[in-house]
Amino acid sequence: MQLFEKNNTLSGRHVKTDQSTWDQVPDDFLLRCPKCQRVIFRDQLDEYMTCPSCDYGSRISAKKRLEWLVDDYEEWDVGISPADPLHFPGYEQTIAKGEKHSGLKESVWTGIADFGGQKAALGIMDPTFIMGSLGQATGEKITRMFERAIAGKLPVVLFTASGGARMQEGIFSLMQMAKVSNAVAQLKKAGLAYIVVLTDPTTGGVTASFASEGDYTFAEPRAMAAFAGRRVIEQTIHEKLAKDAQDAETVMRHGFIDAIVSRQEEKATISWFLKNGGRYESGN
Amino acid sequence: MNQAIETVRAARSSNKITDQEIREYLFPDFFELHGDGAYGDDPAIVGGIATFHGQPVTAIMTSRGKNLEERMKKHFGQPSPSGYRKALRLAKQSAHFGRPVLLFVDTAGAYPGKKAERYGQGQAIARNLLELGQLPTPIITVIYGEGGSGGALALACGDEVFMLKYSMYSVLSPEGFASILWKDAGRSAEAAELLGLTPDKLLEDGVVEGVIPFAQDKQVQCREIDQVLSQEIKKLQALSSEELLARRHERFRKF
Ligand SMILES: [Zn+2]
Repeated sequence: MQLFEKNNTLSGRHVKTDQSTWDQVPDDFLLRCPKCQRVIFRDQLDEYMTCPSCDYGSRISAKKRLEWLVDDYEEWDVGISPADPLHFPGYEQTIAKGEKHSGLKESVWTGIADFGGQKAALGIMDPTFIMGSLGQATGEKITRMFERAIAGKLPVVLFTASGGARMQEGIFSLMQMAKVSNAVAQLKKAGLAYIVVLTDPTTGGVTASFASEGDYTFAEPRAMAAFAGRRVIEQTIHEKLAKDAQDAETVMRHGFIDAIVSRQEEKATISWFLKNGGRYESGN
Repeated sequence: MNQAIETVRAARSSNKITDQEIREYLFPDFFELHGDGAYGDDPAIVGGIATFHGQPVTAIMTSRGKNLEERMKKHFGQPSPSGYRKALRLAKQSAHFGRPVLLFVDTAGAYPGKKAERYGQGQAIARNLLELGQLPTPIITVIYGEGGSGGALALACGDEVFMLKYSMYSVLSPEGFASILWKDAGRSAEAAELLGLTPDKLLEDGVVEGVIPFAQDKQVQCREIDQVLSQEIKKLQALSSEELLARRHERFRKF
């Protein structure tokens, strides 16, 4: 088990990066934008928690996001929480910490929401819950969200934020990638639209599955959107990666993102796409 | 001076309508969608969704750019493979959701660059012919300047093609044609005549469905385009998918 005791494991890093969520910082605190390096006071930030100079959307909990994203919502599957299939030492405490930070029992919030009169199934991954990592229960909540959307003929909007598969759950975590993807395929067969919004950071197994399967893929400014982490790549190729190599803007130039949408525009954009981007029947 | 070479000049003139004007006047709520979903986002093709007479449509257009810097990036409106792949991606998405596809073409042709070859320019055009041609949704193209060869056909292989009065559509530029066949690019006027690239000639030959009258004012020009498109969409949407695809097959089968 020596691998897991080192500080440099993926799971260790996930927990560490947790501290970069700005909304857990006191109001009088000075912050540095990780993207443009500008120093800002915590109380300079408005409800959107975006950097006043570069528009970077900081890591916020799902519940914080709900406050300005939708007009109305109802939560689904509130009680689903992580199992501990590997009996992984210390996992319980990790989960408890995630619960405390996010106010959720798993790393994703799911429900039905109203975007300016347009209804959709909505999922929001929470970077404050074990770095939004993909656990079995995360996958289960997302899958159920897709299944309910199909049954209720609703489009799906999913905000992704994830350090990737949750190492503490081993292979059961990996299986979620295929499980959710199958649910996405069913939604597409039903002709319903799937809108993805990539938020900082969307990586690993989530990038390699349902974050990359949307009909429309938006991203927040400067959000990290990548498969492998910077350090893993640099240690493998023995080269420094360009500073913006994994920024959403770069990824868009490389063909994988439809548009960069700032938080201030998200509600209106999603509402427009729910209205105009879905199945159109001529004559009605 | 013959009429054909004058049409060529007008089709290439810098004061003809631009893709920005088409978006501004025809699709005021146009929302651009980027990327081919595989490796690039060619700025020589701009695509997205807009509402048109109350219904959502996918609009895709070749784009030359406003200033020199933009023009360089867009290779003066000559798409790269990733541009054709973006167009196909958006057209497929459009068909999946039952939206008509409106294409606007003004290109000297597919970009003949090293990278374009490396990433499969020929394959990208071929894919469009193969797959765009089978999408069960109305696909209408407007040629609003140059319609250069396979690079234009890749965006004009749907149900109908209309041409602005001062536009051209040919297998090769008149200069290229003259230099290949006669080793004399100076004989381009003669070549233009022979190529039969004017809208009237192409209409007569059944290559295109109609010619859209010229208007000096860009807004008026867009109204003329609007009228044709809204009428044709209505017509095509009245057909079943089977009828639409059978008609499309026949459209090229006759040649
Ligand atoms: Zn910043």
